[in-house]
Amino acid sequence: MRGRKFIYRRVIFYIVVILLAIFALLPFFWMLSTSLKETKALTTIPIQWLPEKPSFDPYLKLFEVFPFGRAIFNSLFISIIGTFISVLSASMAAFVFGKIEFRGREVLFGFFLATMMIPGNLLMIPNYLILRSLNLLDSYTGVLLPSFFNAFGTFLLRQNIKSLPDSYLEAAFMDGASRIKVFFKIILPLIKPALTTVTVLTFMGNWNSYLWPLIVLTSKEKMTLTVGLSLLNGQHMSDYNMLMAGAIISIIPMIIVYAFSQKYIEVGFNVGGLK
Amino acid sequence: MVTLNKRRKSLDVLFFLLPSLFGLIVFQMLPFGYSFFLSLTDWDVLSKINFLGLDNYINILKSSEFWKVLGNTLYYMVLYIPLILIVSLGLASLLNFKVPGRKVFRVIFYIPVLTSWVAAALLWRWLLSPYYGPINEILQFFGLNGPSWLYDKHWAMPGIVFASIWKDMGYFGLIFLSALQSIDKTYYEAAKIDGASAFQNFFKITLPLISPTMFFVIIISIINSFQLFPQVMIMTQGGPYGSTQVMVERIYTYAFDYYKMGYATAFSWILFVFIFVATIIQLKLQNKWVHYEG
Repeated sequence: MRGRKFIYRRVIFYIVVILLAIFALLPFFWMLSTSLKETKALTTIPIQWLPEKPSFDPYLKLFEVFPFGRAIFNSLFISIIGTFISVLSASMAAFVFGKIEFRGREVLFGFFLATMMIPGNLLMIPNYLILRSLNLLDSYTGVLLPSFFNAFGTFLLRQNIKSLPDSYLEAAFMDGASRIKVFFKIILPLIKPALTTVTVLTFMGNWNSYLWPLIVLTSKEKMTLTVGLSLLNGQHMSDYNMLMAGAIISIIPMIIVYAFSQKYIEVGFNVGGLK
Repeated sequence: MVTLNKRRKSLDVLFFLLPSLFGLIVFQMLPFGYSFFLSLTDWDVLSKINFLGLDNYINILKSSEFWKVLGNTLYYMVLYIPLILIVSLGLASLLNFKVPGRKVFRVIFYIPVLTSWVAAALLWRWLLSPYYGPINEILQFFGLNGPSWLYDKHWAMPGIVFASIWKDMGYFGLIFLSALQSIDKTYYEAAKIDGASAFQNFFKITLPLISPTMFFVIIISIINSFQLFPQVMIMTQGGPYGSTQVMVERIYTYAFDYYKMGYATAFSWILFVFIFVATIIQLKLQNKWVHYEG
Protein backbone atom coordinates (compact mmCIF):
# COMPACT_ATOMS: atom_id res chain seq x y z
CA MET A 1 0.00 0.00 0.00
CA ARG A 2 2.84 2.34 0.84
CA GLY A 3 4.09 1.83 -2.68
CA ARG A 4 0.92 3.10 -4.32
CA LYS A 5 0.73 6.17 -2.08
CA PHE A 6 4.38 6.81 -2.85
CA ILE A 7 3.75 6.75 -6.60
CA TYR A 8 0.68 8.99 -6.24
CA ARG A 9 2.69 11.57 -4.40
CA ARG A 10 5.42 11.55 -6.99
CA VAL A 11 2.97 11.91 -9.86
CA ILE A 12 1.26 14.85 -8.16
CA PHE A 13 4.64 16.37 -7.35
CA TYR A 14 5.78 16.23 -10.94
CA ILE A 15 2.50 17.54 -12.36
CA VAL A 16 2.43 20.59 -10.06
CA VAL A 17 6.12 21.32 -10.27
CA ILE A 18 6.14 21.02 -14.06
CA LEU A 19 3.19 23.41 -14.32
CA LEU A 20 5.07 25.92 -12.18
CA ALA A 21 8.23 25.37 -14.22
CA ILE A 22 6.26 26.13 -17.36
CA PHE A 23 5.07 29.34 -15.72
CA ALA A 24 8.71 30.21 -14.94
CA LEU A 25 10.15 29.28 -18.33
CA LEU A 26 7.44 29.96 -20.90
CA PRO A 27 8.16 33.72 -20.77
CA PHE A 28 11.80 33.04 -21.67
CA PHE A 29 10.75 30.78 -24.49
CA TRP A 30 8.54 33.58 -25.78
CA MET A 31 11.40 36.04 -25.40
CA LEU A 32 13.73 33.87 -27.46
CA SER A 33 11.12 33.03 -30.05
CA THR A 34 10.16 36.71 -30.48
CA SER A 35 13.77 37.77 -30.84
CA LEU A 36 14.03 35.54 -33.92
CA LYS A 37 10.89 36.79 -35.64
CA GLU A 38 10.48 39.14 -38.56
CA THR A 39 8.57 42.30 -37.69
CA LYS A 40 5.44 41.30 -39.57
CA ALA A 41 5.33 37.99 -37.70
CA LEU A 42 4.78 39.87 -34.42
CA THR A 43 1.19 40.77 -35.17
CA THR A 44 -0.36 37.63 -36.57
CA ILE A 45 -3.55 36.10 -35.25
CA PRO A 46 -3.24 33.45 -33.95
CA ILE A 47 0.19 34.18 -32.54
CA GLN A 48 3.23 32.24 -33.75
CA TRP A 49 4.72 30.24 -30.89
CA LEU A 50 7.70 29.49 -33.08
CA PRO A 51 8.88 31.90 -35.76
CA GLU A 52 7.80 30.67 -39.17
CA LYS A 53 10.81 32.23 -40.82
CA PRO A 54 13.51 32.55 -38.16
CA SER A 55 15.83 35.49 -38.69
CA PHE A 56 18.66 37.22 -36.90
CA ASP A 57 17.60 40.63 -38.20
CA PRO A 58 16.28 41.86 -34.82
CA TYR A 59 19.76 41.38 -33.35
CA LEU A 60 21.38 43.26 -36.21
CA LYS A 61 18.83 46.04 -36.01
CA LEU A 62 19.52 46.41 -32.31
CA PHE A 63 23.14 47.31 -33.04
CA GLU A 64 22.08 49.66 -35.85
CA VAL A 65 19.57 51.82 -33.99
CA PHE A 66 21.57 52.01 -30.76
CA PRO A 67 25.28 51.77 -29.83
CA PHE A 68 24.47 48.44 -28.26
CA GLY A 69 28.01 47.04 -28.33
CA ARG A 70 29.05 50.14 -26.45
CA ALA A 71 26.25 49.55 -23.93
CA ILE A 72 27.49 46.00 -23.33
CA PHE A 73 30.97 47.37 -22.75
CA ASN A 74 29.65 50.10 -20.42
CA SER A 75 27.70 47.60 -18.36
CA LEU A 76 30.70 45.28 -18.08
CA PHE A 77 33.08 48.11 -17.28
CA ILE A 78 30.89 49.76 -14.66
CA SER A 79 29.88 46.46 -13.06
CA ILE A 80 33.44 45.13 -12.85
CA ILE A 81 35.11 48.32 -11.63
CA GLY A 82 32.21 49.08 -9.28
CA THR A 83 32.40 45.58 -7.81
CA PHE A 84 36.14 45.81 -7.38
CA ILE A 85 35.93 49.16 -5.59
CA SER A 86 33.04 48.06 -3.45
CA VAL A 87 34.48 44.71 -2.36
CA LEU A 88 37.96 46.06 -1.67
CA SER A 89 36.60 48.96 0.35
CA ALA A 90 34.20 46.71 2.27
CA SER A 91 36.83 44.09 3.08
CA MET A 92 39.27 46.73 4.30
CA ALA A 93 36.65 48.16 6.65
CA ALA A 94 35.61 44.65 7.66
CA PHE A 95 39.20 43.86 8.69
CA VAL A 96 39.27 46.85 11.04
CA PHE A 97 35.81 46.11 12.46
CA GLY A 98 36.62 42.44 12.91
CA LYS A 99 40.18 42.42 14.20
CA ILE A 100 41.57 45.79 15.27
CA GLU A 101 40.29 47.32 18.45
CA PHE A 102 40.01 51.07 18.74
CA ARG A 103 37.84 53.49 20.63
CA GLY A 104 34.40 54.06 19.12
CA ARG A 105 34.61 50.96 16.93
CA GLU A 106 31.26 49.49 17.87
CA VAL A 107 29.51 52.85 17.53
CA LEU A 108 30.96 53.37 14.07
CA PHE A 109 30.03 49.84 13.04
CA GLY A 110 26.49 50.41 14.32
CA PHE A 111 26.43 53.50 12.18
CA PHE A 112 27.44 51.47 9.12
CA LEU A 113 24.60 49.05 9.81
CA ALA A 114 22.06 51.82 10.42
CA THR A 115 22.63 53.17 6.90
CA MET A 116 21.13 49.96 5.53
CA MET A 117 17.75 51.31 6.62
CA ILE A 118 18.02 54.35 4.35
CA PRO A 119 16.39 53.57 1.01
CA GLY A 120 18.38 54.43 -2.11
CA ASN A 121 15.58 56.55 -3.49
CA LEU A 122 15.93 59.00 -0.60
CA LEU A 123 19.56 59.57 -1.50
CA MET A 124 19.28 59.60 -5.28
CA ILE A 125 18.19 63.24 -5.69
CA PRO A 126 20.84 64.78 -3.40
CA ASN A 127 23.49 62.43 -4.81
CA TYR A 128 22.53 63.54 -8.30
CA LEU A 129 22.92 67.17 -7.17
CA ILE A 130 26.26 66.41 -5.50
CA LEU A 131 27.56 64.89 -8.75
CA ARG A 132 26.18 67.87 -10.62
CA SER A 133 28.12 70.31 -8.48
CA LEU A 134 31.26 68.19 -8.91
CA ASN A 135 30.67 68.22 -12.66
CA LEU A 136 30.53 64.44 -12.71
CA LEU A 137 27.10 63.87 -14.26
CA ASP A 138 27.09 61.61 -17.30
CA SER A 139 30.46 60.10 -16.39
CA TYR A 140 31.66 56.66 -15.35
CA THR A 141 33.29 58.19 -12.28
CA GLY A 142 29.97 59.66 -11.19
CA VAL A 143 28.12 56.36 -11.43
CA LEU A 144 30.93 54.55 -9.64
CA LEU A 145 31.67 56.88 -6.71
CA PRO A 146 28.90 55.67 -4.36
CA SER A 147 30.35 52.12 -4.68
CA PHE A 148 32.95 53.04 -2.09
CA PHE A 149 30.40 52.41 0.61
CA ASN A 150 28.92 48.91 0.87
CA ALA A 151 27.32 48.35 4.28
CA PHE A 152 25.98 44.88 3.56
CA GLY A 153 29.31 43.64 2.21
CA THR A 154 31.16 45.12 5.16
CA PHE A 155 28.78 43.40 7.57
CA LEU A 156 29.03 40.01 5.92
CA LEU A 157 32.83 40.08 5.63
CA ARG A 158 33.26 41.40 9.16
CA GLN A 159 31.31 38.41 10.56
CA ASN A 160 33.73 36.18 8.69
CA ILE A 161 36.92 37.96 9.68
CA LYS A 162 35.84 38.16 13.32
CA SER A 163 35.54 34.37 13.48
CA LEU A 164 39.13 33.79 12.28
CA PRO A 165 41.41 32.67 15.13
CA ASP A 166 43.55 35.51 16.50
CA SER A 167 46.57 33.23 16.67
CA TYR A 168 47.10 33.42 12.88
CA LEU A 169 47.38 37.17 13.02
CA GLU A 170 49.48 37.26 16.18
CA ALA A 171 52.05 34.97 14.63
CA ALA A 172 52.30 37.24 11.62
CA PHE A 173 52.58 40.38 13.71
CA MET A 174 55.31 38.72 15.79
CA ASP A 175 57.25 38.24 12.60
CA GLY A 176 56.99 41.96 12.07
CA ALA A 177 54.49 41.92 9.21
CA SER A 178 52.61 45.16 8.62
CA ARG A 179 48.83 45.26 8.85
CA ILE A 180 48.62 45.83 5.12
CA LYS A 181 50.61 42.69 4.52
CA VAL A 182 48.51 40.73 7.02
CA PHE A 183 45.36 41.94 5.28
CA PHE A 184 46.40 40.93 1.78
CA LYS A 185 48.44 37.81 2.56
CA ILE A 186 46.51 36.28 5.45
CA ILE A 187 43.01 37.72 5.85
CA LEU A 188 41.87 37.84 2.24
CA PRO A 189 42.95 34.27 1.36
CA LEU A 190 41.25 32.95 4.51
CA ILE A 191 37.88 34.52 3.74
CA LYS A 192 37.79 33.55 0.08
CA PRO A 193 34.34 31.91 0.15
CA ALA A 194 32.67 34.92 1.77
CA LEU A 195 34.63 37.22 -0.50
CA THR A 196 33.36 35.31 -3.53
CA THR A 197 29.79 35.55 -2.26
CA VAL A 198 30.01 39.31 -1.78
CA THR A 199 31.74 39.76 -5.13
CA VAL A 200 29.15 37.77 -7.05
CA LEU A 201 26.17 39.43 -5.35
CA THR A 202 27.64 42.90 -5.83
CA PHE A 203 28.38 42.20 -9.48
CA MET A 204 24.85 40.98 -10.11
CA GLY A 205 23.41 43.96 -8.30
CA ASN A 206 25.54 46.33 -10.37
CA TRP A 207 24.73 44.61 -13.64
CA ASN A 208 21.00 44.80 -13.03
CA SER A 209 20.94 48.22 -11.40
CA TYR A 210 18.69 50.71 -13.13
CA LEU A 211 17.57 53.83 -11.24
CA TRP A 212 21.00 55.25 -10.40
CA PRO A 213 22.58 54.85 -13.87
CA LEU A 214 19.31 56.07 -15.40
CA ILE A 215 19.65 59.35 -13.53
CA VAL A 216 23.39 59.84 -14.00
CA LEU A 217 24.05 58.60 -17.54
CA THR A 218 22.32 60.66 -20.20
CA SER A 219 24.38 60.29 -23.38
CA LYS A 220 23.90 57.18 -25.48
CA GLU A 221 27.63 56.41 -25.52
CA LYS A 222 27.76 56.12 -21.74
CA MET A 223 24.53 54.21 -21.06
CA THR A 224 24.50 50.77 -19.48
CA LEU A 225 22.37 47.96 -20.90
CA THR A 226 19.46 48.51 -18.52
CA VAL A 227 19.32 52.24 -19.27
CA GLY A 228 19.76 51.67 -23.01
CA LEU A 229 16.99 49.07 -23.04
CA SER A 230 14.60 51.36 -21.23
CA LEU A 231 15.39 54.14 -23.71
CA LEU A 232 14.71 51.74 -26.61
CA ASN A 233 11.50 50.73 -24.87
CA GLY A 234 10.38 54.34 -25.11
CA GLN A 235 11.51 54.94 -28.69
CA HIS A 236 10.64 51.61 -30.30
CA MET A 237 7.56 50.68 -28.29
CA SER A 238 6.30 47.98 -30.65
CA ASP A 239 9.54 46.56 -32.08
CA TYR A 240 9.23 43.68 -29.68
CA ASN A 241 11.56 41.41 -31.66
CA MET A 242 14.39 43.91 -31.22
CA LEU A 243 13.54 44.61 -27.57
CA MET A 244 13.48 40.89 -26.78
CA ALA A 245 16.84 40.44 -28.53
CA GLY A 246 18.25 43.13 -26.26
CA ALA A 247 16.71 41.57 -23.18
CA ILE A 248 18.25 38.19 -24.04
CA ILE A 249 21.70 39.72 -24.40
CA SER A 250 21.32 41.42 -21.02
CA ILE A 251 20.42 38.17 -19.28
CA ILE A 252 23.20 35.94 -20.65
CA PRO A 253 26.01 37.21 -18.35
CA MET A 254 23.82 36.67 -15.28
CA ILE A 255 23.11 33.08 -16.29
CA ILE A 256 26.83 32.47 -16.79
CA VAL A 257 27.72 33.97 -13.42
CA TYR A 258 24.98 31.94 -11.75
CA ALA A 259 26.12 28.72 -13.43
CA PHE A 260 29.61 29.13 -11.98
CA SER A 261 28.70 30.38 -8.54
CA GLN A 262 25.30 29.01 -7.61
CA LYS A 263 26.41 27.81 -4.20
CA TYR A 264 27.94 31.16 -3.27
CA ILE A 265 24.81 33.04 -4.32
CA GLU A 266 22.61 30.84 -2.18
CA VAL A 267 24.91 31.17 0.85
CA GLY A 268 24.80 34.93 0.45
CA PHE A 269 21.11 35.17 0.37
CA ASN A 270 20.66 32.91 3.35
CA VAL A 271 22.78 35.31 5.33
CA GLY A 272 20.89 38.21 3.82
CA GLY A 273 17.60 36.62 4.68
CA LEU A 274 18.35 35.82 8.29
CA LYS A 275 20.80 38.52 9.19
CA MET B 1 45.16 41.49 20.42
CA VAL B 2 48.64 42.56 19.54
CA THR B 3 49.37 46.24 19.82
CA LEU B 4 52.17 47.86 17.94
CA ASN B 5 53.01 51.42 18.51
CA LYS B 6 49.90 53.47 19.10
CA ARG B 7 50.23 56.13 16.45
CA ARG B 8 51.01 53.54 13.86
CA LYS B 9 47.82 51.75 14.81
CA SER B 10 45.53 54.73 14.41
CA LEU B 11 47.12 55.49 11.07
CA ASP B 12 46.43 51.93 9.97
CA VAL B 13 42.83 52.11 11.17
CA LEU B 14 42.32 55.29 9.24
CA PHE B 15 43.95 53.83 6.15
CA PHE B 16 41.68 50.79 6.12
CA LEU B 17 38.53 52.78 6.82
CA LEU B 18 39.27 55.64 4.46
CA PRO B 19 37.53 54.32 1.30
CA SER B 20 34.39 53.40 3.24
CA LEU B 21 34.37 56.62 5.22
CA PHE B 22 34.64 58.60 2.01
CA GLY B 23 31.59 56.83 0.61
CA LEU B 24 29.73 57.01 3.91
CA ILE B 25 30.25 60.73 4.39
CA VAL B 26 29.91 61.96 0.81
CA PHE B 27 27.22 59.63 -0.53
CA GLN B 28 25.23 58.65 2.59
CA MET B 29 25.45 61.23 5.37
CA LEU B 30 25.80 64.39 3.32
CA PRO B 31 22.90 63.52 0.97
CA PHE B 32 20.78 62.40 3.94
CA GLY B 33 21.01 65.84 5.51
CA TYR B 34 20.95 67.59 2.15
CA SER B 35 17.72 65.90 1.10
CA PHE B 36 16.00 66.97 4.31
CA PHE B 37 17.15 70.54 3.75
CA LEU B 38 15.92 70.44 0.14
CA SER B 39 12.55 69.12 1.22
CA LEU B 40 11.99 72.40 3.08
CA THR B 41 12.64 74.51 -0.04
CA ASP B 42 11.22 75.16 -3.50
CA TRP B 43 14.46 74.61 -5.40
CA ASP B 44 14.07 73.88 -9.12
CA VAL B 45 17.83 73.72 -9.97
CA LEU B 46 17.68 77.00 -11.96
CA SER B 47 16.16 79.79 -9.91
CA LYS B 48 16.97 81.10 -6.45
CA ILE B 49 16.22 78.83 -3.55
CA ASN B 50 13.36 79.81 -1.20
CA PHE B 51 12.75 78.39 2.23
CA LEU B 52 9.23 77.04 2.57
CA GLY B 53 9.21 75.31 5.92
CA LEU B 54 6.87 72.35 5.89
CA ASP B 55 4.82 73.58 2.93
CA ASN B 56 5.94 70.78 0.60
CA TYR B 57 4.90 68.15 3.11
CA ILE B 58 1.55 69.83 3.72
CA ASN B 59 0.90 70.23 0.00
CA ILE B 60 1.72 66.58 -0.65
CA LEU B 61 -0.50 65.30 2.14
CA LYS B 62 -3.30 67.61 0.99
CA SER B 63 -3.03 66.57 -2.66
CA SER B 64 -5.44 63.95 -3.93
CA GLU B 65 -2.54 62.57 -5.96
CA PHE B 66 -0.67 61.42 -2.88
CA TRP B 67 -3.64 59.46 -1.57
CA LYS B 68 -4.27 57.96 -4.97
CA VAL B 69 -0.64 56.86 -5.21
CA LEU B 70 -0.78 55.41 -1.70
CA GLY B 71 -4.00 53.64 -2.64
CA ASN B 72 -2.34 52.18 -5.75
CA THR B 73 0.55 50.94 -3.62
CA LEU B 74 -1.80 49.35 -1.09
CA TYR B 75 -3.76 47.75 -3.91
CA TYR B 76 -0.53 46.25 -5.22
CA MET B 77 0.28 44.91 -1.74
CA VAL B 78 -3.17 43.42 -1.19
CA LEU B 79 -2.83 41.45 -4.43
CA TYR B 80 0.87 40.70 -4.28
CA ILE B 81 1.46 39.62 -0.68
CA PRO B 82 -1.10 36.80 -0.35
CA LEU B 83 -0.20 35.53 -3.82
CA ILE B 84 3.56 35.54 -3.29
CA LEU B 85 3.15 33.77 0.06
CA ILE B 86 1.01 31.03 -1.45
CA VAL B 87 3.12 30.57 -4.58
CA SER B 88 6.55 30.71 -2.94
CA LEU B 89 5.57 28.59 0.05
CA GLY B 90 3.94 26.10 -2.31
CA LEU B 91 7.08 26.06 -4.40
CA ALA B 92 9.26 25.55 -1.32
CA SER B 93 7.08 22.66 -0.08
CA LEU B 94 7.40 20.99 -3.46
CA LEU B 95 11.15 21.43 -3.62
CA ASN B 96 11.38 20.05 -0.09
CA PHE B 97 10.33 16.59 -1.36
CA LYS B 98 13.28 14.29 -1.79
CA VAL B 99 12.57 13.56 -5.43
CA PRO B 100 14.93 13.14 -8.39
CA GLY B 101 15.26 16.32 -10.43
CA ARG B 102 14.52 18.78 -7.69
CA LYS B 103 17.93 20.43 -8.09
CA VAL B 104 17.09 21.19 -11.71
CA PHE B 105 13.80 22.76 -10.69
CA ARG B 106 15.56 24.91 -8.12
CA VAL B 107 17.68 26.36 -10.91
CA ILE B 108 14.68 26.87 -13.19
CA PHE B 109 12.80 28.93 -10.61
CA TYR B 110 15.83 31.06 -9.94
CA ILE B 111 16.28 32.25 -13.53
CA PRO B 112 13.60 34.97 -13.28
CA VAL B 113 15.35 36.23 -10.13
CA LEU B 114 18.60 36.64 -12.09
CA THR B 115 16.89 38.65 -14.80
CA SER B 116 17.07 42.41 -14.43
CA TRP B 117 13.73 44.11 -13.80
CA VAL B 118 14.24 46.10 -16.98
CA ALA B 119 14.45 42.97 -19.13
CA ALA B 120 11.64 41.30 -17.18
CA ALA B 121 9.35 44.32 -17.53
CA LEU B 122 10.00 44.56 -21.29
CA LEU B 123 9.15 40.88 -21.56
CA TRP B 124 5.94 41.17 -19.52
CA ARG B 125 4.72 44.18 -21.45
CA TRP B 126 4.85 41.92 -24.48
CA LEU B 127 3.49 38.80 -22.77
CA LEU B 128 0.46 40.80 -21.63
CA SER B 129 -0.21 42.33 -25.05
CA PRO B 130 -4.00 42.08 -25.45
CA TYR B 131 -4.09 40.70 -29.01
CA TYR B 132 -0.64 39.36 -29.77
CA GLY B 133 0.51 38.18 -26.35
CA PRO B 134 0.62 34.54 -25.25
CA ILE B 135 -1.15 35.13 -21.92
CA ASN B 136 -4.42 36.08 -23.56
CA GLU B 137 -3.86 33.39 -26.20
CA ILE B 138 -3.69 30.79 -23.43
CA LEU B 139 -6.77 32.25 -21.71
CA GLN B 140 -8.57 32.06 -25.05
CA PHE B 141 -7.62 28.40 -25.32
CA PHE B 142 -9.52 27.83 -22.07
CA GLY B 143 -12.46 29.81 -23.42
CA LEU B 144 -11.72 32.96 -21.42
CA ASN B 145 -11.57 36.44 -22.85
CA GLY B 146 -8.45 38.05 -21.45
CA PRO B 147 -8.59 41.72 -20.42
CA SER B 148 -6.54 44.49 -22.06
CA TRP B 149 -4.16 44.27 -19.09
CA LEU B 150 -1.78 47.25 -19.15
CA TYR B 151 -4.16 49.29 -21.30
CA ASP B 152 -7.08 48.95 -18.88
CA LYS B 153 -7.05 50.98 -15.69
CA HIS B 154 -8.62 48.10 -13.74
CA TRP B 155 -6.20 45.47 -15.03
CA ALA B 156 -2.88 47.33 -15.28
CA MET B 157 -1.95 46.86 -11.62
CA PRO B 158 -2.92 43.16 -11.57
CA GLY B 159 -0.74 42.81 -14.68
CA ILE B 160 2.22 44.30 -12.80
CA VAL B 161 1.49 41.99 -9.85
CA PHE B 162 1.44 39.02 -12.23
CA ALA B 163 4.91 39.93 -13.50
CA SER B 164 6.20 40.51 -9.96
CA ILE B 165 5.01 37.10 -8.75
CA TRP B 166 6.80 35.47 -11.67
CA LYS B 167 9.99 37.38 -10.92
CA ASP B 168 10.04 36.96 -7.12
CA MET B 169 8.66 33.46 -6.51
CA GLY B 170 12.07 31.78 -6.85
CA TYR B 171 13.71 34.17 -4.42
CA PHE B 172 11.15 33.83 -1.65
CA GLY B 173 10.73 30.15 -2.54
CA LEU B 174 14.36 29.49 -1.66
CA ILE B 175 14.04 31.47 1.58
CA PHE B 176 11.03 29.33 2.56
CA LEU B 177 12.85 26.20 1.47
CA SER B 178 15.73 26.85 3.85
CA ALA B 179 13.20 27.48 6.65
CA LEU B 180 11.45 24.20 5.89
CA GLN B 181 14.73 22.31 5.84
CA SER B 182 15.66 23.63 9.27
CA ILE B 183 12.55 22.13 10.91
CA ASP B 184 13.41 19.25 13.22
CA LYS B 185 12.10 16.02 11.61
CA THR B 186 11.15 14.52 14.98
CA TYR B 187 8.09 16.77 15.12
CA TYR B 188 6.67 15.03 12.07
CA GLU B 189 7.62 11.60 13.37
CA ALA B 190 5.77 12.27 16.61
CA ALA B 191 2.76 13.56 14.66
CA LYS B 192 2.79 10.41 12.53
CA ILE B 193 2.56 8.22 15.62
CA ASP B 194 -0.42 10.29 16.73
CA GLY B 195 -1.98 9.69 13.32
CA ALA B 196 -1.99 13.30 12.11
CA SER B 197 -3.00 14.02 8.51
CA ALA B 198 -0.79 15.93 6.05
CA PHE B 199 -3.24 18.79 6.41
CA GLN B 200 -2.85 18.85 10.20
CA ASN B 201 0.93 18.56 9.85
CA PHE B 202 1.02 21.65 7.71
CA PHE B 203 -1.20 23.84 9.87
CA LYS B 204 -0.12 22.59 13.31
CA ILE B 205 3.60 22.05 12.79
CA THR B 206 4.98 23.59 9.62
CA LEU B 207 3.16 26.89 9.64
CA PRO B 208 3.88 27.84 13.28
CA LEU B 209 7.54 26.87 12.92
CA ILE B 210 8.13 28.89 9.80
CA SER B 211 6.14 31.90 11.01
CA PRO B 212 9.27 34.00 11.62
CA THR B 213 10.30 33.45 7.99
CA MET B 214 6.77 34.19 6.88
CA PHE B 215 6.86 37.43 8.79
CA PHE B 216 10.23 38.29 7.30
CA VAL B 217 8.91 37.69 3.79
CA ILE B 218 5.83 39.84 4.46
CA ILE B 219 7.85 42.77 5.79
CA ILE B 220 10.38 42.60 2.96
CA SER B 221 7.48 42.48 0.51
CA ILE B 222 5.92 45.56 2.10
CA ILE B 223 9.22 47.44 1.95
CA ASN B 224 9.71 46.42 -1.68
CA SER B 225 6.13 47.30 -2.58
CA PHE B 226 6.62 50.85 -1.37
CA GLN B 227 9.55 51.09 -3.77
CA LEU B 228 8.11 49.67 -6.97
CA PHE B 229 9.84 51.34 -9.86
CA PRO B 230 11.30 49.65 -12.94
CA GLN B 231 8.24 47.52 -13.63
CA VAL B 232 6.00 50.60 -13.54
CA MET B 233 8.44 52.77 -15.46
CA ILE B 234 8.73 50.28 -18.30
CA MET B 235 5.37 48.57 -18.37
CA THR B 236 2.96 51.49 -17.91
CA GLN B 237 4.75 54.78 -17.05
CA GLY B 238 2.13 55.15 -14.34
CA GLY B 239 -0.85 54.86 -16.69
CA PRO B 240 -3.52 54.30 -17.78
CA TYR B 241 -5.22 57.25 -16.04
CA GLY B 242 -2.64 57.18 -13.25
CA SER B 243 -3.84 53.75 -12.12
CA THR B 244 -0.28 52.47 -11.64
CA GLN B 245 1.38 55.64 -10.36
CA VAL B 246 3.46 54.77 -7.30
CA MET B 247 5.77 56.67 -4.98
CA VAL B 248 9.21 56.21 -6.51
CA GLU B 249 7.74 56.80 -9.97
CA ARG B 250 6.26 60.12 -8.71
CA ILE B 251 9.52 61.10 -7.02
CA TYR B 252 11.46 60.38 -10.20
CA THR B 253 8.97 62.32 -12.32
CA TYR B 254 8.91 65.38 -10.05
CA ALA B 255 12.68 65.46 -9.73
CA PHE B 256 13.89 64.63 -13.21
CA ASP B 257 11.01 65.62 -15.50
CA TYR B 258 9.78 68.76 -13.67
CA TYR B 259 12.95 69.55 -11.66
CA LYS B 260 10.85 70.21 -8.56
CA MET B 261 13.63 69.02 -6.25
CA GLY B 262 12.02 70.33 -3.06
CA TYR B 263 8.68 68.69 -3.68
CA ALA B 264 10.32 65.44 -4.82
CA THR B 265 12.61 65.17 -1.78
CA ALA B 266 9.68 65.87 0.57
CA PHE B 267 7.88 63.02 -1.19
CA SER B 268 10.87 60.76 -0.65
CA TRP B 269 10.96 61.63 3.07
CA ILE B 270 7.33 60.61 3.42
CA LEU B 271 8.20 57.35 1.67
CA PHE B 272 11.16 56.93 4.02
CA VAL B 273 8.86 57.20 7.05
CA PHE B 274 6.73 54.29 5.76
CA ILE B 275 9.79 52.14 5.11
CA PHE B 276 11.38 53.09 8.40
CA VAL B 277 8.30 52.05 10.37
CA ALA B 278 8.19 48.70 8.55
CA THR B 279 11.90 48.13 9.23
CA ILE B 280 11.58 48.95 12.92
CA ILE B 281 8.66 46.56 13.31
CA GLN B 282 10.71 43.86 11.66
CA LEU B 283 13.78 44.44 13.84
CA LYS B 284 11.73 44.56 17.05
CA LEU B 285 9.78 41.41 16.35
CA GLN B 286 12.78 39.59 14.93
CA ASN B 287 14.66 40.08 18.19
CA LYS B 288 11.67 38.77 20.08
CA TRP B 289 11.70 35.58 18.05
CA VAL B 290 15.41 35.03 18.42
CA HIS B 291 14.83 35.27 22.14
CA TYR B 292 12.03 32.70 22.07
CA GLU B 293 14.03 30.08 20.28
CA GLY B 294 17.23 30.71 22.18
